[in-house]
Amino acid sequence: MTEGITELDAIRESFEFFDAWEDKYRFVIDLGKDLPSLPDHQRVEDNLVRGCQSQVWLVVGDGPDGSLQLSIDSDAHIVRGLIAIVLAAFDGRTPEDILGFDIEALFAELDLLSHLSQTRGNGLRAMVARIRSVAEARLASSDRG
Amino acid sequence: MSQSIRADFPILDRQAHGEPLVYLDSAATTQKPQAVIDAVSGYYETMNANVHRAAHALADEATQAFEAAREKVRAFINAPTREQVIFTRGTTESINLVANALSQRLSPGDEILITRLEHHSNIVPWQMLAQRSGATLVACDITDNGDIDLEDFARRLNDKTRVVAINHVSNALGTVNPVETLIGQAHAVGAVVLIDGAQASAHLPLDMVSLDCDFYAFSSHKMFGPTGIGVLYGKRDLLEALPPWQGGGEMIEHVTMEHTTYNVLPYKFEAGTPNISGAVGLGAAVDYLTSIPQADLVAQEDRLVQLAVSELKQMPGVRLVGEPERRLSVISFLVDGAHPNDIGTLMDRQGIAVRTGHHCTMPLMERLGTPGTVRASFSLYNSQDDVDRFVAGIRKAQSFV
Ligand SMILES: Cc1ncc(COP(=O)(O)O)c(C=O)c1O
Repeated sequence: MTEGITELDAIRESFEFFDAWEDKYRFVIDLGKDLPSLPDHQRVEDNLVRGCQSQVWLVVGDGPDGSLQLSIDSDAHIVRGLIAIVLAAFDGRTPEDILGFDIEALFAELDLLSHLSQTRGNGLRAMVARIRSVAEARLASSDRG
Repeated sequence: MSQSIRADFPILDRQAHGEPLVYLDSAATTQKPQAVIDAVSGYYETMNANVHRAAHALADEATQAFEAAREKVRAFINAPTREQVIFTRGTTESINLVANALSQRLSPGDEILITRLEHHSNIVPWQMLAQRSGATLVACDITDNGDIDLEDFARRLNDKTRVVAINHVSNALGTVNPVETLIGQAHAVGAVVLIDGAQASAHLPLDMVSLDCDFYAFSSHKMFGPTGIGVLYGKRDLLEALPPWQGGGEMIEHVTMEHTTYNVLPYKFEAGTPNISGAVGLGAAVDYLTSIPQADLVAQEDRLVQLAVSELKQMPGVRLVGEPERRLSVISFLVDGAHPNDIGTLMDRQGIAVRTGHHCTMPLMERLGTPGTVRASFSLYNSQDDVDRFVAGIRKAQSFV
């Protein structure tokens, strides 16, 4: 978990140094290149996140202590980079942490959305909404249990 | 030549992401010349009223302007009479109008023939018609180059074929289809033919008499006019015989609680208050288009498209999607190792507007084995400089991935 924070902090720090859009995009694309891919059997219709222009697949597993293990993949480089940022914020966190995290504020801080067209920004939001709804469902079922 | 044309389009002076705009998305919608913008605002500033109704000066002027626009469109497409020019919301509504009006004429066993090259607007209304009527929707294949497979078309056409619907120019690949030939073949089996002219009207001279199609659909916004208005041309006897689609004001002659008699053409198919300012703007767009010598228009645009095509062919890692026998305005391509959306975003950051995705032609993309393409589409206001920036923009985008 602390590792996750470090990762996000590292991303935040790097972004502070970017003036030119080129640098920011190169960095985002490189983040995407380091992101592990989902195996083909998980890159399937059932795992597709609706509302994204590129294909985005999301698989949720259970980590230790009620945390969620997120695997997300896409067929587009820039989207994979954005996924890496989303994962740095959410992966390995508990549903409570996920729901309590203000990702819009993070996007604003990194000035990410202004660089994306409306439709692509919506895709990023669709991905976040899907993660949040999984977190909500887990929370609801653990309340009941 | 092109410099003066460019100056007619005020939006082309703006920047995008801090760079001078290179607009290569005219197949989605064209920009508007000052003359069209002035016509629309002039209409609201000087004569706004409802048409065909009140007996006062403004209503008379608005009606005259509205009907004058219809006459301009009639002349532009060489339709025999103004009654055959029906104003709709656009290509999509024109096709839906025909598909709905034909409902009673089709029954199980009948076939509707389209092609793999169609826009969703020329697929889905026919699927819905097939569901309503029990008819079967049949799609003719294309070649790997992106041309309609003429042999397959001839094979699938038969005496059960009641409707044939084909695009004049493909919005995804730029293919100019041999519609004259296909219309002749379809008529030989007694089918009614609709041509989707959305991508043709800004580029090709249109002549309904010599084309001999039964219906022709197009959108104002793709030919320098406002959004929200378009045209359905139809052969007179068919339009007379078909039932109205939408009911309401304007389209009636007399209404009692039990029964309605319908208005004459074209009003029978124009229920409700029409898009009056849109029609006036479309009229101005037609005036604008016809003021440019056709030869200049086509030559300039074709030269740029051919130039861009030959540049792309020489670029390592760039692959053209579709190499039709005759291409107009549109270039679809892929960059190795990158998703079309990556290229689109990286071009956008450089001020270059291209479109990425399936271009509302998912069955075509499936046939071509790609989820989408990057599409550049040219119009009469594009310049050599735009082509240079476009090519340099792709190179730069490639350097990121
Ligand atoms: C070939 C073709 N047909 C139909 C349409 C639909 O036109 P509209 O959205 O103006 O109704 C388009 C627009 O993209 C098109 O390119």
